[in-house]
Amino acid sequence: MSLLSPKEVKLLTNPLNIDNPITTQVLGICSALAVTVKLKPAFVLAISVIAVLTIANVVVSLLRNAIPNRIRIIVQLVVIASLVILVDQVLKAYVYDISKQLSVFVGLIITNCIIMGRLEAFALGNKPWPSFLDGLGNGAGYGVILLIVAFFRELFGSGTVWDYPVFENIGLYSIGYVNNGLMILPPMALIVVGIIIWIQRHYSRELIEK
Amino acid sequence: MNTQSNSYTFIFAAVMVLIVAAILSFTAFNLQPLQEQNVKVEKYQNILASVKIESTPANAEELFNQYITGDMVLDANGNVLEGKGFDVKLKPEVDLMYEAKRLVSELGKVSADQKASIEDQLATIKTERRLPLFTCSKEDGDFIIIPVQGKGLWGPIWGFVSLEMDYNTIYGAIFAHKGETPGLGAEIDQTWFQEPFQGKKIFKADGTFVGVNVYKGGFEAVGDFDHGIDGISGGTITSVGLEAMIKDCLVDYAPYFKAQMAKESAEPEEVSEPEVSEAVTNSQEI
Repeated sequence: MSLLSPKEVKLLTNPLNIDNPITTQVLGICSALAVTVKLKPAFVLAISVIAVLTIANVVVSLLRNAIPNRIRIIVQLVVIASLVILVDQVLKAYVYDISKQLSVFVGLIITNCIIMGRLEAFALGNKPWPSFLDGLGNGAGYGVILLIVAFFRELFGSGTVWDYPVFENIGLYSIGYVNNGLMILPPMALIVVGIIIWIQRHYSRELIEK
Repeated sequence: MNTQSNSYTFIFAAVMVLIVAAILSFTAFNLQPLQEQNVKVEKYQNILASVKIESTPANAEELFNQYITGDMVLDANGNVLEGKGFDVKLKPEVDLMYEAKRLVSELGKVSADQKASIEDQLATIKTERRLPLFTCSKEDGDFIIIPVQGKGLWGPIWGFVSLEMDYNTIYGAIFAHKGETPGLGAEIDQTWFQEPFQGKKIFKADGTFVGVNVYKGGFEAVGDFDHGIDGISGGTITSVGLEAMIKDCLVDYAPYFKAQMAKESAEPEEVSEPEVSEAVTNSQEI
């Protein structure tokens, strides 16, 4: 018997492609714009969101039969907010440099619609194990887009990949190339996300609205 | 059990809040020493960077103890006070600075007897200020280091400026910011912006305080080679805020600098020893 049933594999892989939180559900766009100037902060934020989303999904799923229906949104918010504060404290203590770069965006994970959306739509109605996979999948789906956007923005905006000066080393500057300043600004992230959506829909025809 | 009843809802909420509070305060309490250490190390690194000493988080404290020889506190009249400059909190200082600026701007608009009371307040603020000053001694000479803090476009900007022992020539400067626009105002933390500060003078030849002037379109066009810095295109508000920050912060040190300069020209053979100097109150309004 395999470790995961086909249904459980779907929970993990669908958010990576046809049910991607950013490109299909169009959630969590704001942070995708803000932290994708460079790969490193994008990576740390992706990891943080995966951690918060997975744990929050499991916690809410465990409590799903005990949570009074009338205050469920508040309970979800309390769970998310405390997890985010924990993440923020840990980043400040162990990776101070990056926590400075992320500054307010760690706190803004609380308002990231992906997390609230998954808790409300999935964790409240499912057992902990599927909820764990769903959290992992959606967090990863968010993270993948973040990393792709950050890769292109860092490459063309600063000429580096993970702070390694690629363009300088292959001698692009000496033949007159200049970094594209527009790539550093938030609107360009939206355009890159748009291009990703375009490419994705080219290959996954079922996503195209009739 | 009825999970929809009012009493259950209240009990659930109360228990949840208690548990969450316990977890959070436990973590915060345990991680606090690490976090404070990070903030301190960053300050060490910034101070060292302003005198062009490169450091890593691992060796910052050691290098700081090796090169930074003096650490003192002044008031805005140039008197040396008790205490360590490293421990001075800059935020209340900046608030006092802006309060003083506001009072000065009111001076022109009020009647004569109100004027006297405002001048009293200004004098009190001057004696209340706590201005940190570090001295550094390394291979190519002695320097003094001054922390600066001000306002950018989106949030605070700050930095450290180091001067040569003539209390006039800028030796190095580093700046940082909380959330300026990447690619525009945020460029103030880049070396291409910080390097041109080296060699600029903060006083005119006749002894009037200038600080630095940031120019749109380049200082060469204006011809202000002694004090001019090129602003950042598209980052005008940050550039202007940075100019104001340097002027506002350094001007409070001017009485001390002038006293030191006067002292040195009176006794040219003596090497300056700021720690033991008797401060001279400078009545001249700068």
